[in-house]
Amino acid sequence: MKGGTALGRVLGHGSAKNGVGHWWMQRVTAVALLPLTLWFLVSLLALHDVDHASVAAWIAGPWHAVFLCLLVLTLCSHSSLGVQVVIEDYVHGHGLKIASLLLSNFAHVLVAAAGVFAVLKVAFVAN
Amino acid sequence: MAARPLSPHLSVYRFAYTMALSILHRMTGVALAAGLIVLVCWLMAIAGGEAAYARFTGFMGQGLLQAVLAAWLLAFLYHFANGIRHLFWDAGYGFEKAQARRSAAFVVAFAVVAGGVFLYLFFCPDGVRS
Repeated sequence: MKGGTALGRVLGHGSAKNGVGHWWMQRVTAVALLPLTLWFLVSLLALHDVDHASVAAWIAGPWHAVFLCLLVLTLCSHSSLGVQVVIEDYVHGHGLKIASLLLSNFAHVLVAAAGVFAVLKVAFVAN
Repeated sequence: MAARPLSPHLSVYRFAYTMALSILHRMTGVALAAGLIVLVCWLMAIAGGEAAYARFTGFMGQGLLQAVLAAWLLAFLYHFANGIRHLFWDAGYGFEKAQARRSAAFVVAFAVVAGGVFLYLFFCPDGVRS
């Protein structure tokens, strides 16, 4: 039997008031990824050689570096939001769920930082 | 934590193939999240110089990992097409049962056809990449 008022029973268990923000950012990143991922796939196909020098030279092109950074950041954001929902839905047990969410979050930030660093290093050091 | 009811209650629904597409969207999404790590490893290998790049391409050149790359490409094309389907739903279009089934068939057809084209271009000896 639950005690307290109707209000008291729901306080602390409901919306953290950022659900719409999560939903919206998932869509914003999805729309951004439509052209970014297509550009990346077509660019890969258009590379005549995939030896180190050719690939590095391609990455070092100014717009290529910019779009690659945007691609990595947007992919990480979209992936982070998506994996978060999957963890929330399928990982049961409070502690395990929180640990999984933290791990996913840190991993996505690490991957984003590494990706941007790699692109910038190639862009600034090569050529 | 309060034992509140959680959605979705899948067991109360009769199975429809559109449900398979729905769960496949999540599964390909999670697979692509893992693929993202490999994509960034590729960038880090290029940034690491020729030796690091050679190690990476040598490692990824193994038959099994080539198959995983091919599976990632298919997963991406499916997630891409079905993602557009979801965006149309978000905009309020295509909710009728017949429309949802038609768009489902279209998404699968796109993934198969585009998958065939991209796999050929990326992996066949006379394709762009070998």
